[in-house]
Amino acid sequence: MKRAFGFLLLAGSMLLVPCAAGENPYIVVASTTSTEQSGLFSHLLPAFTKDTGIDVRVVAVGTGQALDIGRRGDADVVFVHDKAAELKWLAEGNGVARYPVMYNDFVLIGPKTDPAHVAGGEDIAGALRKIASAKAPFVSRADKSGTYAAELRLWHAAGVDIASVKGPWYRETGSGMGPALNTAAGMNAYILSDRGTWLNFHNRGDLGIVVQGDKRLFNQYGVMLVNPQKHPNVKKDLGQRFIDWLVSPRGQAAIASYEIGGEQLFFPNAGTDS
Amino acid sequence: MDTVSQSFALALQMLAHLDPKLTEIVGLSLEVSLSSTLCSALFGLPLGAAVAIARFPGREPLIVALNAAMGLPPVVVGLFVYLLLSRAGPLGNLGLLFTPPAMVIAQTILIVPIVAALTRQIVEDAWSEYREQLRSLHSSWWQSTLTLLWDTRFSLLTVLLAGFGRAAAEVGAVIIVGGNIDGVTRVMTTAIALETSKGDLPLALGLGLVLITLVMALNVGAHATRGWARARFG
Amino acid sequence: MGEAEYPLGQPIVAKSASVVRRGVRVLDRVDLTIAPHSCTFILGPNGSGKSTLLRLLHGLIRADEGDVTWAGEAARPRRQAMVFQRPVLLRRTVAANVRHALALAGIRGDEATLRTHDALARVGLAPLANRAARVLSGGEQQRLALARASALEPDVLFLDEPTASLDPPSTRAVEQIVAAIQARGTTIVMTTHSLAQAKRLADAVVFLDAGRVTESTPARQFFTLPCSVQGRAFLEGERL
Repeated sequence: MKRAFGFLLLAGSMLLVPCAAGENPYIVVASTTSTEQSGLFSHLLPAFTKDTGIDVRVVAVGTGQALDIGRRGDADVVFVHDKAAELKWLAEGNGVARYPVMYNDFVLIGPKTDPAHVAGGEDIAGALRKIASAKAPFVSRADKSGTYAAELRLWHAAGVDIASVKGPWYRETGSGMGPALNTAAGMNAYILSDRGTWLNFHNRGDLGIVVQGDKRLFNQYGVMLVNPQKHPNVKKDLGQRFIDWLVSPRGQAAIASYEIGGEQLFFPNAGTDS
Repeated sequence: MDTVSQSFALALQMLAHLDPKLTEIVGLSLEVSLSSTLCSALFGLPLGAAVAIARFPGREPLIVALNAAMGLPPVVVGLFVYLLLSRAGPLGNLGLLFTPPAMVIAQTILIVPIVAALTRQIVEDAWSEYREQLRSLHSSWWQSTLTLLWDTRFSLLTVLLAGFGRAAAEVGAVIIVGGNIDGVTRVMTTAIALETSKGDLPLALGLGLVLITLVMALNVGAHATRGWARARFG
Repeated sequence: MGEAEYPLGQPIVAKSASVVRRGVRVLDRVDLTIAPHSCTFILGPNGSGKSTLLRLLHGLIRADEGDVTWAGEAARPRRQAMVFQRPVLLRRTVAANVRHALALAGIRGDEATLRTHDALARVGLAPLANRAARVLSGGEQQRLALARASALEPDVLFLDEPTASLDPPSTRAVEQIVAAIQARGTTIVMTTHSLAQAKRLADAVVFLDAGRVTESTPARQFFTLPCSVQGRAFLEGERL
């Protein structure tokens, strides 16, 4: 009986080496939570795999962490939406080149009670000014995400020095888009969100879209190959194929065809200077 | 309360239809947590028994350290293992980051202290009972360790269950070293975290109920086994 | 298949042996010799150090002063066994407990099977060989402990109040087994609270009082004419 027990223990520890998930070639793509939660990847990646036979493993974290993962060489491709941070990342020698892929937009979400009276407008800068002066509750992600970077740019565009005027009305959660929306719903606060996550978000409480359509709310996505000279383990051929596919007519069409409730979420713009 | 009743309904639905995505996630959860429980048994059982029996300088501080390590925060362990396994880290060449083996490693580190500390207590109590007789029989240090481990096997099963419970329940370690990759490293706890952050609370809670049911079923099975074995072996 | 030949017994000699615990002399300059093939009883009031002396002679504890030798050697010999007041049995079957002891002595396989069967048969436990040891009654467990000890064919068998927790029939069974073991050549060293038991079995008596050996004489002499004050007082207590 003792021998059987020992054998079981040994066999069980063999589980430590689970079979490689399929024999398909694969790449690791570091991307953002908002992109994943929009559902884009579930729509896009099967098409890519069907065309090329390459599996894509997406690690979805905040933009800052995604760029850090790429910097460490733990991913082959980085796919985020913060141009300034991406260019800086490239300048530091972490990647090969940046390709614009698509854009989606942010929307300003707010409570039906609308204490700052911004609903229905198209001017995001004006809306943010009103929110700041009314000191209406506002939830900020305050993580190193593309969304947060966009939010800061918009405060700047509104002429609001958010660092100095922020008070108890401005709640920094340090979390991803979904959890931040949960918090805003719970607090009946304003919040800047990407449209994709909002459309897929179910715990809306009393919140709805209050401002949209301002050109400044557009959110540009870029894709970059991690530098194989810095990290020899990077699958540069497979990674480049993914990038080439994304900017190809086939990939761009796949992006455009993704809809939630009949609404297109992402607008392909590869090849432009974005 | 509405969320809760919705989630009960969802949980039952998922279990009844054996949704393929669900079975994939449950399967991976069991594989990862059972593997790490077995690995931690391999290290923790002999370690705990050895500390129980042997006398060496620094034994008392080691016992305190083991007991304290039972409370290691999962997210800290996850971060530590992440830095170890990252390409930029010392063990990067193994290419283990964002794969199930990395999750097993992290969880094993997390529960070895639990297994070792509890084993030490159990074996130490047994040792005080058996010590003279075993010494009389000229049982060596190593032979006594094995004898005691086998003799306390029913109590040790409970220890392993405690370890498994901790592993199956944690999210902090596996989400960092696994990356919560759909179809590759997504387990029950990370799936629950994801659905919660998407605001799909009924689904998240439903998954939670499935997880609890699973762990409960395992414990019932172990308890029954223990009862039968007790009756047979005393 | 006759009985195995036991080698000549080895005298155990304690010379001025003392055991000190927390400043107290639990045993104080003990001088004694255990003769081979004899049955020696260690008697004395509670707290006199009987258990400690037994363990010292078995080699489980070492003397803080003086020494103990076995056939002139300072190293504890392997061919000894001990039975405790409460039998210490593993969570295994009856037979497995005996095999465990034999395995520790390097005896495995067919010889182990043979010895196990014979040892269990001698104590009347053969039908229970595959029963879980821990579900046996107190008397059966002690007989198992004896079977385990005798399977090792020890030169010396130490017993620490082996029948203290047993009823009279079990006590008698244990005494018969001990006598049989002695008959096959094993030296017996035993402690007990029961003077009647000592009278039944002892060849020699060592009387301890507060850690000192006050008498070390043949049994009949001790029981009829104890030469020490303490010995006399002890026996008189029995008559009350």
